[in-house]
Amino acid sequence: MRIGKKIAMLVLALFVFSIAAGCGGGGGATPTGDKAGDAINVGINVELSGGVASYGTNARDGAILAIEQINKAGGVLGKQLKPIERDCKSIADEAMSISAALVGEKIVAQIGPLTSGDVAGSTPVMMENKVPLIAPAATAANVTVDDKTGKTRDYIFRVCFIDPFQGTLMAQFASNDLNAKKAVIYCDNSSDYGKGLAQYFEKTFTANGGTILAQEGFVKDDRDFRAALTKIKGLNPDFIYVPGYYQEVAPLIKQARELGITAPIGGCDGWDSPDMVSVAGNDALNNTFFTNHYSSQDKDPQVVEFVGAFKAKYNKEPDAFAALGYDSVQIMVQGLKDAGEANPVKLTEALAKIKDFNGITGKMSIDDQHNPVKAGVILEFKDGQQVMKTRIQP
Amino acid sequence: MQKVNNKWIKLGVEVLILAALFTLVQYLITAGLLKQYYQISLASMCINVILAVSLSLINGFTGQLSLGHAGFMAVGAYIAAIMTNMLDLPFITGIVAACLGAGLAGFIIGVPTLRLKGDYLAIATLAFGEIIRVTLQNIDYVNGPAGIMGISKLSTWSWLFGGAIITIVVIVNLVNSSYGRAIISIREDEIASELMGINTTKYKVLAFVVGAGFAGLAGALYAHYFYIIKPETFNFLKSFDILVMVVLGGLGSTTGAIIAALFITALTAALQSFPAIRMVLYALILIIVMIYRPQGLMGNKELSMKIFGRIWGGRN
Amino acid sequence: MLEFAQQIVNGLSLGAIYALIALGYTMVYGIIKLINFAHGDIMMVGALVGYFSLTLLGTNIFVAMLAAMIACAVFGVLIEKIAYRPLRNSTRIAALITAIGVSLFLEYFTIFLFGPAQKVFPETAFPIKAYAVGGLSILNKDVFVFVSAVVLMLILQYIIKWTKTGKAMRAVSLDREAAVLMGISVDKTISITFAICSALAAAAGVMLGVYYNTVNPLMGIIPGLKAFVAAVLGGIGIIPGAMVGGFVMGLLETMVSGYGNSLYRDAVAFGVLIFILLIKPSGIFGEDTGEKV
Repeated sequence: MRIGKKIAMLVLALFVFSIAAGCGGGGGATPTGDKAGDAINVGINVELSGGVASYGTNARDGAILAIEQINKAGGVLGKQLKPIERDCKSIADEAMSISAALVGEKIVAQIGPLTSGDVAGSTPVMMENKVPLIAPAATAANVTVDDKTGKTRDYIFRVCFIDPFQGTLMAQFASNDLNAKKAVIYCDNSSDYGKGLAQYFEKTFTANGGTILAQEGFVKDDRDFRAALTKIKGLNPDFIYVPGYYQEVAPLIKQARELGITAPIGGCDGWDSPDMVSVAGNDALNNTFFTNHYSSQDKDPQVVEFVGAFKAKYNKEPDAFAALGYDSVQIMVQGLKDAGEANPVKLTEALAKIKDFNGITGKMSIDDQHNPVKAGVILEFKDGQQVMKTRIQP
Repeated sequence: MQKVNNKWIKLGVEVLILAALFTLVQYLITAGLLKQYYQISLASMCINVILAVSLSLINGFTGQLSLGHAGFMAVGAYIAAIMTNMLDLPFITGIVAACLGAGLAGFIIGVPTLRLKGDYLAIATLAFGEIIRVTLQNIDYVNGPAGIMGISKLSTWSWLFGGAIITIVVIVNLVNSSYGRAIISIREDEIASELMGINTTKYKVLAFVVGAGFAGLAGALYAHYFYIIKPETFNFLKSFDILVMVVLGGLGSTTGAIIAALFITALTAALQSFPAIRMVLYALILIIVMIYRPQGLMGNKELSMKIFGRIWGGRN
Repeated sequence: MLEFAQQIVNGLSLGAIYALIALGYTMVYGIIKLINFAHGDIMMVGALVGYFSLTLLGTNIFVAMLAAMIACAVFGVLIEKIAYRPLRNSTRIAALITAIGVSLFLEYFTIFLFGPAQKVFPETAFPIKAYAVGGLSILNKDVFVFVSAVVLMLILQYIIKWTKTGKAMRAVSLDREAAVLMGISVDKTISITFAICSALAAAAGVMLGVYYNTVNPLMGIIPGLKAFVAAVLGGIGIIPGAMVGGFVMGLLETMVSGYGNSLYRDAVAFGVLIFILLIKPSGIFGEDTGEKV
C-alpha cells in the first residue's frame, strides 16, 4: 500500500512544483512578451560566463550596438527591435533550455550561441519551433548540416567561415609565407573545433609537402603545458599549430616561450581575445599568427565607422566576435526587410536567399548549406597589437 | 476482507490520479499548450527524481557515501546513445542496455571499493566517477571530449514519467523487503549486522548495483532528451548536485529525495539567470542542513498519506 | 636525457606546490579526521588576496604572499569555527558533506563577488627570467616556488617537532581525550592547525598565481584534488608522507604528459588514488590499524 501513496505523492508534488517552477521561470518575462505587436523580439543567447565568456560578451556588445543603431534609424518594418539577452554559461544543455524560454517569448530569431557545441545544444529547439538561429561564430562544418543525412538544417544559419576553410588557410600560410616544412600540432582535444582544425591543417600542410612531426593534445581548463612543450621542443619544429580557445592558448604560448621555443606559432579565431595579450604578454606573442574573420585595422570605411561607434559606446576595441555579433543582427534585419514581415518562417526563407550582403566581416552570400561565402584574414601579434598580414578570398 | 478491499480501492484511486495527471500533461503537450520551457523543466524533474531516489538507496539507506553517481549516469547515457544513434536499435533496447551497463559498472566498481569505509569510500567513488569521465574523453568512437551530438529526441513524457515511477516503485519495494532491512541494518551498525550473520558485502554491492542501474536509466533518458552528451556534463559537480538533493531530502527517505529533487530542479529553473546565486544556495543548503538537521528535512521518515487518507476515508 | 632532466625540473616545482597543499589535507585529517574538501578553495582565496595585494596595494610578491597567508589563516579559523566545529561529534559523513558545501560556497561566492573571469597576475610583480644551466631552461619562478615551498616546509617541521604548540597538535591527533586530560585545549589546538594549514594553502595559491600568472574562482578544484591524492599516497595524517606524496604526484604527472598521453594525466592521478586505497589505504608511510569497535 505504501507504494501507491508514494506514487500519489510524487504526482501531486510534481504537479505543484511544475506550477511553482512555471511561475518562477516565466514571471520576469511575460509583461514584455505580451506587447509583441509593437516590437520585434530578438533572442540573444550567448556565453556571458564560463570558459568562453569573452566571445559571448563581445558578440552581445556588437549585436546590441547594431540593434541600437537600427532602432535609432527608425527600426525595421516600422517596428523597433527588442533584444532579450540570456547567458548560456558556455554549457550546451543550458543553451537548449534558454532557447526554449526565448522561443516562448515569441522571438523572430535567435542570435548565438558562439561556440559550435552550444549551438548544437540550441539547435533541436530552434528546429522544432521553426525559428531561425543565426550563429555569429560557430565554425564547425556540422553546425548547419546534419552529418548523418547530409541535409542542411533549415533553421540554422551562420555569418562566419567554417573550419575546413580556416585550417586550410593557416596551412597555406605556414607553407607559403613562412616556408615551414616540419610542423607540430598541439590542439584542444576537448572540442570538435580544435580537432577539426587540426585535421584540415594536417591535410593541406602535408599536401604542400610538409611533415607533421607529432600531434599533442590538451583539454579545457588545463593550465600546465610544460611537459608536452618540453617534448615538442626536443622535436625542433619550424611551425607549431595550436588550434584552441584563448583561455588555454594564452598560458600555453607563454610557457612555450619560457621554455625557449622560438618557432612561429599559428592559431585560429579562438585566439581573438584581450586576454591573449594580458596573460601571455607582448614578448611571448611575437611571431604568432592566427586566422580571423576581420581586422579592426581594416581601412574599409564601413569597418572604420563600426570600430568608431563601438569604441565610443564601450570604450574598447571590437574583436572579431563583436563584429560577427553586429553582422548577425544586420543580416537578420536584411532578411526581415526581404521577407516584408516579422515572421520567423518567412525570415528563414529570406535568409537562405541573401546574396552579396555587405557586412563588417566582408561581403557574404549564403550558400545552400547556409554558410556564408566570404574572405578570411591572417593576423599577426606585434608587441601586443594585432596586425593584419593578408586577406584571402576563398 | 474489508481491509483488503480498502487497499484495493485506494490503490485504484491513486492509479487513477496518476493516470489523470499523466494524461493531463500529455494533453497539454500534444495540444501545444505547455510551453517548451516548462516541458524541459518537467523532463529535468523526472530525471532528477530518478537520480535522487537511486542515490538515496546508496547514500541514505545503505549509508555508503558515493560521490560517483554522475559517472554511472554517464555510462547509461553513452550506452543508450550508442545503441540508438550509432547502431540504430530501438529505444527500449538502449534503455535496458543502459541500465544493465551502468549496473555492471556499479558492480565492477562496487566490489573492490565497498570494502572501504566512510570517507575513503567517498573519495574512491569520486575518483572512479572521474576516471569514467576521463576514459570517455579518450574514446574516439564516442567522439572524445566533444561528445555525441544529434541524439534523437526519444524521451517522451511517457518514458520520463514511467521511468520515474518504475524507479520509485522498485526502490521502495526493495527497501521494504527483507533485503531492505538488511541494507538498513548496515547503515545503522555495520559490525553489529555482520555479527548477526548478514553478508554485508553482498547487500552493499546489491544496493550499489541497483542504484547505479537506475542512474544509467536517468542517463539514457537525459541523452535522448537533451540531444547532446559530453563527458564534461557528468563531472563530479553533477554528482554533488544529486548529493544536495539526497541530503536535503533526508538520508534514508524516498519521499524526501523526491521532494528535494523537484524542489532543486524548480529552484534551478527559477534561478536560470543567476547561476552563481544558485550554487551559493546549494552550498548553504548543504552546510546549514548538516549543522542544524544532519538527518535532512525528512530524516528517515516517509511523508505519510494520513492527511490525504482522511479525505479518501481510508486509514493507515 | 636533457629532455628528461627538463621534465624533472618541471615536475619538481609542480610537486612543491602539491606538497604544500597536501600538507593541509593531511594535518587537518590527522587532527579531526575530516577530509577538508574546501582546502583547495582556501588556496584560491589566498591567490585572490595575493592578486589584490599586488594590484590594488602595489606590494611586492613577498608581502603579497605574507598578506595572503595571514588573511587565509584567519579565514581558515573562521571556517572551522562556523562550519566544522558544530559537527565535531556527528558522523564523518556529515562532516564531509559540510566540507563539500564549504567548498562550493567559496567557489561560487567568489564568482558572485568578482565574476567568473580569470584575473591576470601583473607581470611586473614577478618578471620572468630564464637561466640556461647546461642546456636546461630553469626559470626564476621555478626556483622561487621550489625554494619558498621547502623553506615553508622546514618551518612547519620546526613548529611541529620543537614547539609546545606542535607537541599539542601531535597529542590531540594521537588521542584527543587523553590530550584533554593532560590540560591541552583541544579547540585552540584545532584552530591553530587550521590557521597553519590555511596559511600554507594561501602560500601555494600565490605561488600558483605566479606560476600560471592567472587566478580564477575555480582554480582550486583540480590542484586540490591532486594534492589530496598526494596526501593519501603518502599516508593521510603523516606529514613527511604528504611532502613525498606531493613531489611524487608532480613528477608522475609531468612524466605522463611528457612520455605518455597528456589526456590521461588526470585519469592517472585518480588511478593512483584508487590503487593506493585498494592496496594499502594507509599510504606509503602509514601503518595498518585494525578497525575499532
